[in-house]
Amino acid sequence: MRADQEIIHEWIKPAARVLDLGCGDGKLLRHLMDNKQVRGYGIENNHDHITACIKNNVNVIEKDIDKGLASIKDNSFDSVIMTQALQVMHRPDLIVDEMLRIGKECIVTFPNFGHWRARSYLGFRGHMPVSKFLSYSWYDTPNIHFCTFKDFEQLCVQKNIHILNRTVVDNEHQHRWWTNLWPNMLGEIAIYRITR
Amino acid sequence: MLKKFPDDSIGLVAPQAIEFTEPLALTCGRSLNQYTLMVETYGELNADKSNAILICHALSGHHHAAGYYEGDSKPGWWDSAIGPGKAIDTNKFFVVSLNNLGGCHGSSGPNQTDPQTGKPYGPDFPLMTVKDWVVSQARLADHLGIQQWAAVIGGSLGGMQAMQWAISYPERLRHCMVIAAAPKLSAQNIAFNEVARQAISKDPHFYDGRYYDHNVVPKTGLMLARMVGHITYLSDDGMREKFGREMNAGKLMFDFNPQFEVESYLQYQGERFSTAFDANTYLLMTKALDYFDPASEFNHDLAQALQHVTAKFMLIAFTTDWRFSPERSREILDALVDAGKEVSYTEVDSPQGHDAFLIPIPRYMEIFNAYMGRIAADVSIEKPGDIKTPAKESAHAR
Repeated sequence: MRADQEIIHEWIKPAARVLDLGCGDGKLLRHLMDNKQVRGYGIENNHDHITACIKNNVNVIEKDIDKGLASIKDNSFDSVIMTQALQVMHRPDLIVDEMLRIGKECIVTFPNFGHWRARSYLGFRGHMPVSKFLSYSWYDTPNIHFCTFKDFEQLCVQKNIHILNRTVVDNEHQHRWWTNLWPNMLGEIAIYRITR
Repeated sequence: MLKKFPDDSIGLVAPQAIEFTEPLALTCGRSLNQYTLMVETYGELNADKSNAILICHALSGHHHAAGYYEGDSKPGWWDSAIGPGKAIDTNKFFVVSLNNLGGCHGSSGPNQTDPQTGKPYGPDFPLMTVKDWVVSQARLADHLGIQQWAAVIGGSLGGMQAMQWAISYPERLRHCMVIAAAPKLSAQNIAFNEVARQAISKDPHFYDGRYYDHNVVPKTGLMLARMVGHITYLSDDGMREKFGREMNAGKLMFDFNPQFEVESYLQYQGERFSTAFDANTYLLMTKALDYFDPASEFNHDLAQALQHVTAKFMLIAFTTDWRFSPERSREILDALVDAGKEVSYTEVDSPQGHDAFLIPIPRYMEIFNAYMGRIAADVSIEKPGDIKTPAKESAHAR
């Protein structure tokens, strides 16, 4: 279990109704179903991932999240999760609104563009950062809306979103004590638990 | 006749007629005192009877879903999905398919003899609903000793039956696969059906449905009905790709004979259908489609209609299907999510329109395979080797 998923696991209530946006191959949901008896669905639009979900015995719904989640009722899920997908959304702000409309609580994880490595890459080399963790070039990346911890928290303030928990892990999804000293500089992946 | 069947075919099959004598009360208020169902089965029922799959047919389908009849060169209508190693793997599953009541392929229906009069039922055969069919199929399950289906699977009108199964008998199916279907017909769907029915009933050879007495069939009407239907099963893109504006003679003829290839194609399909299908059955089947609306008994709230289902659903729609578009499948999806039920949904990209559900499109078969694997695991059929008797021999035995 990746450290970020371990953290998410701790934040999910037993037997919760969970929606996982951009659920990938369904591993996180499978883990939550097996260990926390959650009931839920993944939403995906990648064909290989959808097939993998079905093979993993995870309920998956093919849908383009960017086209909205209007058909899902208000407050119909205990938790709505989106791991490492916020940055590929056309309008992350609207998606966060939708997540908070559907879910009582939401968990969002995203890469922190304020991390020192990203800063120094751009600062010293003058190029958009490319790393093992974010291995795309600027022109072919699916990541179109990078943000930093500060940016995300500013959005939360503007939208009156209440941050219940925040934690950071490094690019190996390891949780290290020192990252919390200066998260915007030292944390590579942000994990937020938010509510209205 | 094929000399040798393909390796992944179940080979030679034969239907069986099963008689039922317990009266069947129907939604229309009438009842059938006795009736026959024409049934085909493939594969072997395992010892705990947990591997049975029911296949529900669409508008013009019947019991011959897979394999070959003696003397046939074409297999059953869903042979692409049913067979050893195929999506519905007959090495693992015991597959049952039937001709619905009111059909014209051997089950009790308008073209069959009414035991009370000794003459064909004709228009006196009662109108059937999807719900009635499901009751008759439950009786068939009882007859076969199947308490619970591993899955009920169907496309189009067959998908509606699968859905009705989950509503009518929640405890009798573990999985429900609804392909290219809708929770009810739209006004446009009903309109097309009405054009088809008018074409049939206005045919001078229809005789109010008593054409059997006159030794004729309303061929023209049935042909027109099928042509209209056929257009709705294809997509604009699919037709353009297949026919474009190609002309048989290569130039305009300035007469009313078919000259565009699409015209010849539709006429050929209509013609073929009109000799193989019964007009009264076509009327009855389209009415069953029109009447299907499980939410109507639940305040027109589909989520409420699905409140008691326990089956896990797999919904599949096709992008260019405009007869039952993906939007219609998503209505079922939303209601299931709303009701907190287990459901997966996928939309297969295909140019073939509604017909796509009968075509082994790779992406469709991949999903189908993956989901059937999930069912097999669910009913603990792990390996194909679990079942000893080869499917082909069993088909011969019948």
